[in-house]
Amino acid sequence: MSTLDSVSAWLAATPLSVAISGSSWLVPTLQSIHILAVSIVMASIAMLDLRLAGFLGREQSLRVLTLRFYPWIWGALAVLVTTGFFQIMAEPSRELLNWIFWTKMGLIVGAVLVTAPVRRLLEDCRYRDLPAQKKAIVRTCALLSLLLWTAVLVCGRWIAYAGGRV
Amino acid sequence: MTVLDVCRWLEATPLATAITESDWMFPTIETVHVLALSLVVGSIAMLDLRMIGVSNRSMTVVRLSEETLPWTWGAFVVAAISGSLLFVSAATKYYANIPLRIKFVLMACAGINMAVFHFTAFRAVHSWNTSLPTPRAAKVAGGLSLIFWMGVVFAGRWAGFV
Repeated sequence: MSTLDSVSAWLAATPLSVAISGSSWLVPTLQSIHILAVSIVMASIAMLDLRLAGFLGREQSLRVLTLRFYPWIWGALAVLVTTGFFQIMAEPSRELLNWIFWTKMGLIVGAVLVTAPVRRLLEDCRYRDLPAQKKAIVRTCALLSLLLWTAVLVCGRWIAYAGGRV
Repeated sequence: MTVLDVCRWLEATPLATAITESDWMFPTIETVHVLALSLVVGSIAMLDLRMIGVSNRSMTVVRLSEETLPWTWGAFVVAAISGSLLFVSAATKYYANIPLRIKFVLMACAGINMAVFHFTAFRAVHSWNTSLPTPRAAKVAGGLSLIFWMGVVFAGRWAGFV
């Protein structure tokens, strides 16, 4: 038995796990709240990243845009981590013994790391006023962010269909 | 010809059978559906919260709706198409699914709410575009919209558990 197997089994035996999995409505509710938070993240990064990449709204200050959307993204991420934690507690093996789940976690770390350095580069100016080199970095990070968060969503849905022990 | 007859016919079409028999088609279409619906709900939430007067207060309602509504409508089309494909793959089963019926009723309510607001309070939007607090009609429309769409998400998820 691997460590993950043991941890899953141990978690599944805790009172919290038994309580959540024993309820008929908690898991669908947790998943629904999770989806609502996903919506906030996806809509925010769609609007923010396409502007940071210079494809939309070229007249807007990049720093103002970031300040506008970031509180929502971070707030929603907090909800996602919380609902995610309780969903794992409900059925530990469903996630912990699924490689798609671990890929999703890796992609989330990647997405957060990609956006962090960009913030330091953003001045209070419009995309088109950035020096050419900065434009390339900001655009690349923005497109990567879009790609990574979309991949996170795809993995999230596929956990239900594949990646687990047969 | 009853609705159930139409459902039986739909799920027997080559497209529907292809989706049911494939390992990956349903999950893929469903993933597209989730991506699209997240953009619908997220963009609507932004506008609704502005109409209630709790966020994006430095932006005018008109400007924010110009930014968000293209996303809302575009993503809705994708969600409707992907949703229809999911539905036809097992039309009789989904026709009998109560949470799914509730979901469609809630979407209709959201649509009616939007239409009513658009043809009444929104007509005079330039008089309250920038003022805070927002007029009661805007708060009610925004609040109802949020409630209906959150309900759509819950009902949609529940449909998968029945």
